[in-house]
Amino acid sequence: MLYIHCPYCEEHRSEEEFHYKGQAHIARPDDPDNCTDVEWADFIYRRDNPRGEHKEQWYHTVGCRKFFNAIRDTQSYEIKTTYKVGEQPDMAAGIVTGQQGSNAS
Amino acid sequence: MSDRQERDQTRVWMQQLPSGDVRVESPLYHADLPSMMAINDDAGADTAGGVALAELPLQAHLVIRGRAEAPGFQESLTQALGLQVPTRLSSVSDGSQTLRWIGPDEWLLTAPASQAFDIETKLRAALPGHVAVVDVSGGNTILLLSGLHARSVLKKSTSYDVSDRNFPLGKVVTTTMGKSQAVIRRVDELGWELIIRRSFADYLWLWLQDASAEYGLSVHE
Ligand SMILES: [Zn+2]
Repeated sequence: MLYIHCPYCEEHRSEEEFHYKGQAHIARPDDPDNCTDVEWADFIYRRDNPRGEHKEQWYHTVGCRKFFNAIRDTQSYEIKTTYKVGEQPDMAAGIVTGQQGSNAS
Repeated sequence: MSDRQERDQTRVWMQQLPSGDVRVESPLYHADLPSMMAINDDAGADTAGGVALAELPLQAHLVIRGRAEAPGFQESLTQALGLQVPTRLSSVSDGSQTLRWIGPDEWLLTAPASQAFDIETKLRAALPGHVAVVDVSGGNTILLLSGLHARSVLKKSTSYDVSDRNFPLGKVVTTTMGKSQAVIRRVDELGWELIIRRSFADYLWLWLQDASAEYGLSVHE
């Protein structure tokens, strides 16, 4: 079982209190009426499927009921860090960049 | 007309407490807890050991939402209730009203049933800005679990660490309970308060009877 740190409750809670909510930091196109189909499809459907570190959203369902972000290693399941919505991870800069956008969630 | 006046004119809220001639039932009405209290008395059960359970039915439960850091929010809430606003995972109580932190922008207030509408009205008038006050009295009930083995029952029921080191008096956590959930508050050395959902009350009542069977369960008022 994973033991996940909620950045709002500021303590570790057991995995069964949480739900995984997909890839984090996906920016909605600024002008949906005038974006291309490819841009819209990227936003709606296309997701990364990395082997290694993945920035993702989690929801503290049976707890404070807040969404937050986590960086998890998809191979080892290790959660490197968790951070609040609107924040950037407090880690080495290398893994902060390189994903789509950064202004959402 | 100010924004607030305009908004208030379109808002509708109501006294949800039925008048005297309407029968009100707790979600555990069917379990007939009073008849189990009588059994305790007959058998002269030892209430010091084992697990004691009491329901605190039909209280006022109000969900208060707002941004803790918004200007004037905490001050107005404190002034209206006479309670400090509890910080993360804690509660504040004056014996009659108890205010619990649920999340960074959510609190749960309980008070005697008759006060629900007055408090709701008072809070709606007092709280500034983007806030919500919702009477959820009908959706919850309160169980009090105490006795030497109350903690053993909790250990079987939740994965949350209920040791003294992690769960001091006054702490509040929303966590799993059986296959449902509860808002758990440590009320004293041997006592724990569980706020549970109406629709899971019967399930949790069965769960708690089963979990406390080996220690001896007595039901109290
Ligand atoms: Zn949380």
